[in-house]
Amino acid sequence: MKKLVLVSMFVLVALIVVACSAPAPAPSAPQVVKETVVVKETVIVQPTAAAKAPEPTKPAVAAPTAAPAPVALGARFTAIKSRGKVICGSNDQVPGFGFLDKATGQFTGFDVDFCKALAVAVFGDAKAIEFRPVNAAQRGPALQTGEIDVLARNTTWTVSRDATWGLFVGVNFYDGQGMMVDGKKYPTVKTLKDLKDASVCVQTGTTTELNLSDRFREEGVTFKPVVFDTADATFAAYQGGRCDAVTTDISGLVARRSLLNVPADHKILDVVMSKEPLGPAVPLGDASWYNVAKWTLFALINAEELGVDSKNVDQMLTSKNPDVQRLLGVTGDLHTGLGLSKDWVVKVIKAVGNYGEIYDRNLGPNTPLKMDRGINKLWSKGGIMYAPPFR
Amino acid sequence: MAEPTTTRVPFWRDVRVLTILTQVIFVVVVALVAGFLYANVSTTMRQRGLVSDLRFLDLEAGFEIGEAMIPYAATDTYGRALLAGFSNTLLVSVVGIILSTILGVVVGVARLSPNWLLSQLAAIYIELIRNTPLLVQLFFIYFGVFVTLPSVGQSIEFQGIIFANQRGLFLPRPAPTETFATWAWFILGAIVLALALFYFSTRVKTRYLGWVALLALILLPVLGWFIAGAPLSFEIPVRERFNFKGGMNLSPEFSALLTGLVLYTAGFIAEVVRAGILAVRRGQVEAAYSLGLNAGQVLRMIIFPQALRVIIPPLTSQYLNLAKNSSLAIAIGFPDLFSVATTSANQTGQPVPVYLLVMATYLAMSLFTSLLMNIYNRSVQVLEK
Ligand SMILES: N[C@@H](CCC(=O)N[C@@H](CS)C(=O)NCC(=O)O)C(=O)O
Repeated sequence: MKKLVLVSMFVLVALIVVACSAPAPAPSAPQVVKETVVVKETVIVQPTAAAKAPEPTKPAVAAPTAAPAPVALGARFTAIKSRGKVICGSNDQVPGFGFLDKATGQFTGFDVDFCKALAVAVFGDAKAIEFRPVNAAQRGPALQTGEIDVLARNTTWTVSRDATWGLFVGVNFYDGQGMMVDGKKYPTVKTLKDLKDASVCVQTGTTTELNLSDRFREEGVTFKPVVFDTADATFAAYQGGRCDAVTTDISGLVARRSLLNVPADHKILDVVMSKEPLGPAVPLGDASWYNVAKWTLFALINAEELGVDSKNVDQMLTSKNPDVQRLLGVTGDLHTGLGLSKDWVVKVIKAVGNYGEIYDRNLGPNTPLKMDRGINKLWSKGGIMYAPPFR
Repeated sequence: MAEPTTTRVPFWRDVRVLTILTQVIFVVVVALVAGFLYANVSTTMRQRGLVSDLRFLDLEAGFEIGEAMIPYAATDTYGRALLAGFSNTLLVSVVGIILSTILGVVVGVARLSPNWLLSQLAAIYIELIRNTPLLVQLFFIYFGVFVTLPSVGQSIEFQGIIFANQRGLFLPRPAPTETFATWAWFILGAIVLALALFYFSTRVKTRYLGWVALLALILLPVLGWFIAGAPLSFEIPVRERFNFKGGMNLSPEFSALLTGLVLYTAGFIAEVVRAGILAVRRGQVEAAYSLGLNAGQVLRMIIFPQALRVIIPPLTSQYLNLAKNSSLAIAIGFPDLFSVATTSANQTGQPVPVYLLVMATYLAMSLFTSLLMNIYNRSVQVLEK
């Protein structure tokens, strides 16, 4: 018996280790241990000074591209460049945000377009991506283990995720948690209190499971959660009538409602249960890659603010506005601090458009989701979408 | 080359030395591999900012669990939440093992039945079940059967006390009243009496005494019920706005998981049983028939006792499979250990310790099951002459 236990423990440990260590990016494996610590500190101390003061990381191993890059590239960014594509953890079940189009076999959506922007920034090619669909519960470990280069998948930025998963690069969609019920069946349900003792379908691995408990506890009403591991199962159970209500981000509700049999029957209650700032995140350990992801997002937002879009970007090259000139790399050498090419923003905007275009293409009035920009309008237009400047 | 000056065997060809040496080498290799793996895990985890202690167990979990065998609330700790999940795993495993054994034996025997239709039906069942993935079966059973039951408003109802709908089966819940103690004495008495009678009946070999024992076991509590006067009260489920409240509830998630596990495992157990039966030599059966035993007696007294020896080891594997397969629960919304662990791992951001704990739990459960089955196996083997 004792032997059996011992042997089993060994096998157990072996399994776990294999599971944990296998996906580490092979090219950087030997240096990772020492290096990560250094880079991590750099992130905190001097996140924007990278250009001036090259970090004491190792020099780039592979000669990456033709463009000279005076910034010291981290292990991951180097690995990505030599790999030739960005591995993007994405959603495949939420239309408009991250969805696998069954007809074309293509990933589409708001978050998917961010991955494309990133691929264009690094490689000038929106196809230089490998999509890895990760569900809610898988995405954290996928970031922690560094299996993916970026997670762009309606993911809420929280302190615990920043501490344990990776680093969030910013917010690309300000959201809140909502609650949806069958308005035909329950026309009088308006608030969470009205849902006393109801069954609520929710997906595990999300922030929404905890918010759900918190809000009902606060309201002092009991409820019955039914917890699934995929959005498909969660909404199938809701559609089938197993639950009286279903909860997730309001954007997620709008998106998934479009897949229900009779979308118009279902109403999203006029309650916001939480703050859900959604944004992309990258694994810990490479400040240079973190910067690239961050400034790709900021470039998209700044482009909209400066009126640069996919149609006028070529004309804009001759713009007299110094902000536009810097953004598009006409003047200055901001790109060198990121290890990207001079015209990277031009290429990105040409390929995927600015933030507003991405929003409209995937979520706007001409899409089935018809989502109002709301607080996601630019700060200059009455919203809170705001990006640090290019200078 | 060398002259055989000595008869001493060189130590590298000495069997005694060799056996010890190989043991030592084996241990060293195992230790090295384990050490390497451990070092790998700890550096990788440190590097990625993962903690590997179990302190999170004492933190407040904060999330609700749909159903559990032990009292649990969102304000309880992660430790308690995992325990609640484990109680669900345990329940579905134990009930599943019992039911799948019964069904498996029935189907296994049916498969060997001389009745062509019966054996073909059993064969179809076995092949269908064994050759499709359990996850697919679970989805089918849950979404295709249990969730498509009538809605709460259109519940199927029996006498206004039992209701079945897509939210589950709702039954009256018995609760002891003040006369329960009196009644309990009757039950105790009945059990003691029945046991005594049964023991006696095996001694004197009168078959009827066994029946008397059974009768006593039933009649005495019934008598006691009326003498004590309603020792139990029943809480009847009542319909509210969304759900039935009160009473006992068998959730569709639990029912679907249990059904799926039982149907699936029974298919395998049926084959194990068939193999066991076929392993009993033909002569044994023929001899039994020629002694004038009927089919039931042959099965019960000749075949099963001998088949059991062959059946139990593979049966143990099936039990272990059932318990481990129960971790598919999360796919159909049942809050088992794995489901609760997934939520905990996500909220704490510490998947390694959480899943280590889960693995250790399944391991302990499996080892315990094996232990019980091995003890049983030994007691069966003794029958062999
Ligand atoms: N923003 C929340 C929830 C995001 C989320 O996972 N939403 C679900 C429901 S819309 C989803 O995307 N599910 C798709 C899947 O897991 O495959 C979070 O970051 O935890």
